Amino acid sequence: MTKSSLLLICLALATACAPAAAAGRAKAGDSSLGQTVAQVEPKIVKIYGAGGYRGLEAYQSGFLISGEGHILTVWSYVLDTDYITATLNDGSRYDAKLLAADPRLELAVLKIEARDLPHFDLHTAADGPAGSRVLAFSNLFGVATGDEPASVQHGVISVRTRLDARRGAYETPYKGPIYVLDAMTNNPGAAGGALTDVRGRLLGMLGKELRSSVSNTWLNYALPIEEMTKTVDSILAGKYVKRSADEREIKPQHAWSAQRLGLVLVPDVLERTPPYIDEVRAGSAAEAAGLRPDDLVIFIGDRLVASCKAVTSELERTDRADPVKLTVSRENDLVEITLPAEAREVKSEK
Amino acid sequence: MKYALPAWFFAGLSLFACIAGPASAAADLDPAVAEAEAERVASMERACRTAVVIFAHQGNDGGSGVVISPDGYALSNFHVVQAAGNAMKCGMTDGRLYDAVIVGVDPVGDVALIKLLGRDDFPCAELIDSDEVSQGDWVFAVGNPFLLATDYKPTVTYGIVSGVHRYQYPAGTLLEYTDCLQTDASINPGNSGGPLFNAEGKLIGVNGRGSFEKRGRVNVGVGYAISSNQLKNFLGHLKSGRILDHATLGARVSNDDQGRVLVSDILEDSDAYRRGLRYDDEIVSFGGRPIHTANAFKNVLGIFPKDWQVPLTYRRQGKTYDVFVRLAGVHGQQELADKLAERPKLEVPDPDKRPGKKSEKPGPEGPEPKRIPLPPAMQPKQKTAEMPDVVRKHFEARSGYANYYFNRQRRGEVWANFQAHSDFTTATGVWTLRGQLLTPGDSQLELSDRGVECALPGGNQKLLVQGSLATAADPPDSGGMLAALYLWRRFVVLGPEKFGDVYYEGTVPMPGRAGLVDALYATSAGVQCRFLFEPGTGRMLKMELFRASGDDPCELIFSNVHDLPGADGQERELPHTLEVRYGDHTYAIFKFSDINPRQPTALP
Repeated sequence: MTKSSLLLICLALATACAPAAAAGRAKAGDSSLGQTVAQVEPKIVKIYGAGGYRGLEAYQSGFLISGEGHILTVWSYVLDTDYITATLNDGSRYDAKLLAADPRLELAVLKIEARDLPHFDLHTAADGPAGSRVLAFSNLFGVATGDEPASVQHGVISVRTRLDARRGAYETPYKGPIYVLDAMTNNPGAAGGALTDVRGRLLGMLGKELRSSVSNTWLNYALPIEEMTKTVDSILAGKYVKRSADEREIKPQHAWSAQRLGLVLVPDVLERTPPYIDEVRAGSAAEAAGLRPDDLVIFIGDRLVASCKAVTSELERTDRADPVKLTVSRENDLVEITLPAEAREVKSEK
Repeated sequence: MKYALPAWFFAGLSLFACIAGPASAAADLDPAVAEAEAERVASMERACRTAVVIFAHQGNDGGSGVVISPDGYALSNFHVVQAAGNAMKCGMTDGRLYDAVIVGVDPVGDVALIKLLGRDDFPCAELIDSDEVSQGDWVFAVGNPFLLATDYKPTVTYGIVSGVHRYQYPAGTLLEYTDCLQTDASINPGNSGGPLFNAEGKLIGVNGRGSFEKRGRVNVGVGYAISSNQLKNFLGHLKSGRILDHATLGARVSNDDQGRVLVSDILEDSDAYRRGLRYDDEIVSFGGRPIHTANAFKNVLGIFPKDWQVPLTYRRQGKTYDVFVRLAGVHGQQELADKLAERPKLEVPDPDKRPGKKSEKPGPEGPEPKRIPLPPAMQPKQKTAEMPDVVRKHFEARSGYANYYFNRQRRGEVWANFQAHSDFTTATGVWTLRGQLLTPGDSQLELSDRGVECALPGGNQKLLVQGSLATAADPPDSGGMLAALYLWRRFVVLGPEKFGDVYYEGTVPMPGRAGLVDALYATSAGVQCRFLFEPGTGRMLKMELFRASGDDPCELIFSNVHDLPGADGQERELPHTLEVRYGDHTYAIFKFSDINPRQPTALP
């Protein structure tokens, strides 16, 4: 631990002390903090999905962002399944659909079929200056089940900074601003939880577990809501909506295919085989554009492609007269690569 | 690790600095804030005085504890005391190091009771109702993290309640944390067994566990404390010096898709079955708490000792039934002692080996994460330390007991208390009890060393005692009233020393009566009996005769006690109303008008 972080801890504790005293006199349960907790808890969601082996927990946290059951959470392997379950604070369970995800921000929006739910409004989210006291709500370690309320922790915003300030220290595609917290908030299962101020106003979303490759310490942080509102708005507006399989869309006569691009994906052996590039053919458009073996295709255009099947299906719907924009994950970076449209030689001859 | 230690140490220091800070910074401080701060400083100081820092094995091992009575009884964790041994050194903020002895242990609940020796005016913490604790309440933990408190001044860490009524899976059948409090106050190795206080410095729990995984065994912001309500339930039992067991209902429950908790399996020889509980019945409430999840059920089950009678409400086809069920033990008689003898590894419970986990596909709740009890801060270098003389005077080894000395003491106290008003030592003659039955009719009971004769409106009943009473079920439908009366007289005449194998069980609830009562458990003539005494007055309230396992006891419920002058001029208290119960019904109620506990008739 460095000197400066030590100072931060001391500073943080000292800041936490004074207001705590006032709360201390209040009776259990009716403290102002208790009221805040009671007001926030109904908006917190326990999310269950894929995982459950090799230290990969099959659960994470999220929170409601609309009365109609939109849930904001982190985009992770937990959501990489057709069977996502969301358990609300009252213990009711719902099948959740993955509406869309943004791997750059590592966020995902789920939808459950429900109405009149208590929720946060992203557009009235607050801003947390360094030194302000915060509460972190999450189902860390999967402690709570059913109608048991999610865990709440208290802390202080140590600093608002950018995650890439320490270049290469953290293995994450997200490089934007974050709140660094002095509390142990980012434990297994905590990702997707809500960070609020002591009055329960939404400040951020707890990020995925991150360990510094330099110091080997774990980072406790949250993504500020304002970084996410634009993306979430466009998801809610339907722009990011995944193409459904039975969509009756006329496929272009001259569509792209992986082969046409010069890509060979890994053999499609699973229900959802992650679309890794196995091989890039020599002399192909893909090679010219700079795609490499082991790149993981995440987006085609603005559409999330989570499997080899999704890549095939998406390319079938993309006309060769249009360029193809691929977003791939390469060594924890997201790289955008655009392959140019194909000239239609037959047409030009006629 | 070496690197992290000073950091935490300084973090602790900064907290103290901020407690001391206001005096200098008071100039522009809101008086209300200054006052609140002063209160908090005072409550922390008060609370710290009751904390115990435990050292064992020449200071290489240890943990924390908290004193809960002026005579030095202190709570800690089983896993701390087990590592420390039967004798410990305990430091307090007065700067003194006290000798302490093990009293009782609860390996399933991870609780131990120890007794500090050398004073009868120890500062002590007040156990309050942990059901009043809410999420978001400010709390602080006091203890000996990383065994830093070599000056006996404990470390204070501050936080909030992150969750209440948490359930944490056991390691095998031991170290199960039920209905516990979750806090983000730093809980580190060495904090184990130490107190968790509310903002006023009242004791709400004993810290003992954290969620540790890949980050090493240091605080990750998730600590668990055994609730004060569970501690209160077990306290009387812990004072018995025994190795305690937890309870089972004899039934499994599971959630259905409508949020109900249903009985999914039930043992036919369980008390719950005899009280009418069946497969597929809905559990409505248990132990006075509404039950909506299987976790909530396990939480309630975990806070009661074995053999307690606990209220249960269940529903079948729209009709609800309110009963009291006797909880059975989780372990067999010898099983628990054997388990401790083999020193179970305090390892991670493997979620995949948990009973009831069938499918490979994670269910909607997903698989449970791993949790590990806090380890003792360091491993003992040697197991056998010389026991100081003062401790040896308070220690007596015996199979099944953590410290038999305390059982003998408590048994003696309960008996002396009873005898103070009811000394029948010399009343070894034939006892006659005459009176009315509640249902019209006269009755006469004649009790002697040889047996019992009973004249009832329905006819005479007679029991001549020869050997075991296990089959003595007469009169029919009474559960063995004659045998119970025989043993009652025999017990009050002979006392626990001569009656048979008698031990102090602890404190138990009695249906229909507030508070807990003292229980002596006895084996004699091939049967088990339990005698319940009112604390304070020492009066015997009830006797239960268990003839056979899987059968209800015959219960003698005594009331309407008043003094009776004996032939020897000595006044003795005797109950003038006797209710005999068996199962769910009352067999008879006697109203005695004439009781004569005779001395032996002198031979001419």
